[in-house]
Amino acid sequence: MSVTLAEPRVEPCIEPSIAGVGDYIALMKPRVMSLVVFTALVGLVVAPGHLHPVIAITALICIAVGAGAAGALNMWYDADIDGRMARTAARPIPSGRVQAGEALAFGLTLAGFSVAVLGLLVNVVAAALLATTIAFYVCVYTMWLKRATPQNIVIGGAAGALPPMIGWAAVTGNVALEPFVLFLIIFFWTPPHFWALSLYRTDDYLRAGIPMLPVVAGATETRRQILLYTLVLAPLGLAPWLLGFAGLAYGITALVTGAVMIVLALRIRAEREGHAACKQMFGFSILYLFLLFAMLLVDRLIPAMSGHFGAWS
Amino acid sequence: MNDATNEQGPETGIRLTEQQQRARRSRSIAIGVSLAILVAIFYIVTLVKGPGVLEHPL
Repeated sequence: MSVTLAEPRVEPCIEPSIAGVGDYIALMKPRVMSLVVFTALVGLVVAPGHLHPVIAITALICIAVGAGAAGALNMWYDADIDGRMARTAARPIPSGRVQAGEALAFGLTLAGFSVAVLGLLVNVVAAALLATTIAFYVCVYTMWLKRATPQNIVIGGAAGALPPMIGWAAVTGNVALEPFVLFLIIFFWTPPHFWALSLYRTDDYLRAGIPMLPVVAGATETRRQILLYTLVLAPLGLAPWLLGFAGLAYGITALVTGAVMIVLALRIRAEREGHAACKQMFGFSILYLFLLFAMLLVDRLIPAMSGHFGAWS
Repeated sequence: MNDATNEQGPETGIRLTEQQQRARRSRSIAIGVSLAILVAIFYIVTLVKGPGVLEHPL
């Protein structure tokens, strides 16, 4: 009996990686990560009860790393469309500095470690929420909604809105109405923010085949939707003050900045040529969210600090 | 020393360029620092929470 040996299969040679530390940091989307950490910090500070500073810092590190993991897994899956868009073509994978498999392994490792450490050292509820956030962002938003429906960033926005709830859960071990209100603010903030961007990046999304609202429904409908979501967002921004877990300074800030958001949304609705109002809305919406959450932080920290210094006098 | 060893051809296999070596070194340092931070976190949290560090009331 003769045995024929198969020809050895020659695997394509993969070049050794040239990815540096900076490329891996870029995979974690540091700007998104900083917003996630900031909103989680606010959830953590607003929550009733006390958390040892070391545990609080541990929780924030885990949330930051978890957000970075979600960013890396998003870049791994979206490498094909990132390469076709001017805004994302220079990212580590499409530019060839990081191989897709490296990004996948990096993202999965960070996700596993961040959830496990948060669960072991802080609490299981916060860890479960972090795992849900990562899974929702990667599996529901990135793998499914982003390429399937113009409602992608509306539903997918839930992932970005969860960090204040994780921060709250890190302190209390549960969730309540207050962090849910913060969740809703970010949830309703996301569509006007991203649709304003997509209005002046429509060609990019069209080239990549992503069904963003301006690509599918047109600019006029997108401008109308931006206004509708902003009209929900502005009163919602007042809710922390109306519900009594934020002070008057927060209320005034939310009122003024909410009014500016509505004015900008009206200007977008009226704009027929150019994208000046869209760019203003995109820039101001970042400031809006930052100011609301910064005021919540100030609201809690100033009385605590004055009490602390008062005890010294 | 056996001359036959020296008479073998040039070394085969993957040879890293200088850029690849630099990148690998920076990645190795980053992994080391990350592991050191992880160890430090577990050590400090254990000091803060005491021996029941991994116990959580359900």
